[in-house]
Amino acid sequence: MTTAAIETENLTKDYPSGFLHLKKRRSLEGLTMQVEAGEAFGFLGPNGAGKSTTIKLLVGLIFPTSGTARILGKPISDIEMHQEIGYLPEQPYFYDYLTAAELLDYFARFHKLTGAGRRERVERMLKKVGLETAGKIQLRKYSKGMLQRVGLAQAILHDPQVVILDEPMSGLDPVGRREVRDIILELKREGRTVMFSTHILSDAEMLCDRVGVIVGGKLRGVGAPDEIVEMKAQGMEILFEYTGSAASAAALLGKATQAGNRYRLQVAEGELYGALEQLRAADAKILSVTQLKPTLEEYFMHLVDAGRAQAAAVEVSGT
Amino acid sequence: MRRAGVVALNTFREAVRDRVLYSLVFFALLMMAAAIIVGQISIGIESIVIVSLGLSAISVIGLLIAIFIGVGLMYKEMDKRTLYALLAKPVRRWEFLLGKFGGLVLTLTVNTAAMAAGLFLVLWYVKHSLDSEDCAVLVAVYFILLKLALVVALAMLFSCFTTPLLSILFTAGLYISGLFVQEMRTFRSLTPKPALEAFMRWLSYLLPNFQNFDVMASAAHGRAVPGALILENTIYAAVYCAIVLLTAAAVFSRRNLK
Repeated sequence: MTTAAIETENLTKDYPSGFLHLKKRRSLEGLTMQVEAGEAFGFLGPNGAGKSTTIKLLVGLIFPTSGTARILGKPISDIEMHQEIGYLPEQPYFYDYLTAAELLDYFARFHKLTGAGRRERVERMLKKVGLETAGKIQLRKYSKGMLQRVGLAQAILHDPQVVILDEPMSGLDPVGRREVRDIILELKREGRTVMFSTHILSDAEMLCDRVGVIVGGKLRGVGAPDEIVEMKAQGMEILFEYTGSAASAAALLGKATQAGNRYRLQVAEGELYGALEQLRAADAKILSVTQLKPTLEEYFMHLVDAGRAQAAAVEVSGT
Repeated sequence: MRRAGVVALNTFREAVRDRVLYSLVFFALLMMAAAIIVGQISIGIESIVIVSLGLSAISVIGLLIAIFIGVGLMYKEMDKRTLYALLAKPVRRWEFLLGKFGGLVLTLTVNTAAMAAGLFLVLWYVKHSLDSEDCAVLVAVYFILLKLALVVALAMLFSCFTTPLLSILFTAGLYISGLFVQEMRTFRSLTPKPALEAFMRWLSYLLPNFQNFDVMASAAHGRAVPGALILENTIYAAVYCAIVLLTAAAVFSRRNLK
């Protein structure tokens, strides 16, 4: 049996609120999940869903109200666990009086890297994130995208087994996003575990072995992007060309959407063969038949809407 | 401890790059002006005036740095979230705090040492010589440094749980109160109420006693400072700093960095 790289059990976080901090606001509720070693795991959710809270709990920036979490089998309170993790904060900001090379050298000193090894590592990381020519410029002169790259460099500087990235694509232009995606894929190829939160669902779909969707502090669904969307298959789509006027095809043509001679017809899975027979009988040219799957975005929106509806229902019953 | 040292050296680098040591220019200009003017208006007591002025300037400049930079030291890290990436490294929060403290004390030591060197230079310019009596000035400078370390620890403690403005007010308030602890201990002569007298006495022992660090008058008049006082003040500052830093570490270690 392999140990999960990241595992949480009933992880809950309440923040005090109100004038005298007498009230509590629940930010994360009973999160139980596992991220397997070597997988890329995407953590999806709208703003305020609890993604950053979870990540901050894992890296020890905040403390759980209840529940436990372990990384590589070690409790998150174990400082030695931090030798094995890399973390990129959301919208990272670093000491602006340092150059990128100085910042990485500073961070490397906490990881028992010696002088020559440290210099070599810093140069390698700057090259990896495309900052080799900007390494001697003070960070105060860096753009948001460049800071994000420095953040990524410091997160993977010490070859961690587990890399946790909070919104790594945020603030990046398409080129920067592509570069970050490539780095994540490279980390995955190297067998490292990557967990990242994102709003950009296409990135999650492209990069992740599994995703978890969190809404309102609760985990609503976990699985491979294909798996979780397939659970809600929506039927079949037939693409065909038709120029005739057979009466037998009239009913189907009425349901189809037309673009020139081409028609797009959506039918239920059980009705597929019947529809194909009718089209063949009417001399229509079948171009393709595809299964209609909801996109990850549709699945995500479905969960978000369900989560909000549930929250609203709780609010109404509470009043 | 090694990790606290890494944080300390970076804090020192931050202070240097934030031009904290520019205060030395102000001190140099002040001392040059004093050397020229004092020679003309205070015949016979030039060295007393120079030492008093120099030590006061070292103390005030050091206090401004200790309070304002000391408060900003923790607050800036939390506000700008620069410590987020750092605390994900194998660094304990108390190591970070100790490193920050050590870095600012190192900055203050360099700053104070440079100002003290400037003061001796001006003293030599005015007196045309330096003698063993001037050792008291060195002791006074050392006491200022101990006092500043204590102020830095207090500023860091407050900035761990409150806003910068309140931290500055609390630190400055404690510093000013600490200058009157002897008066608090003799409060019984001013009030007939024993409860109030007892409260003031307890408070006087709780507050940092900054009065003990003030030997400017002795230094200015070339009177030697007793060795016992040097030892006593060193131990007092070390123990008080340790207590304040332990409290700060306990507060900071439980703080959620939202």
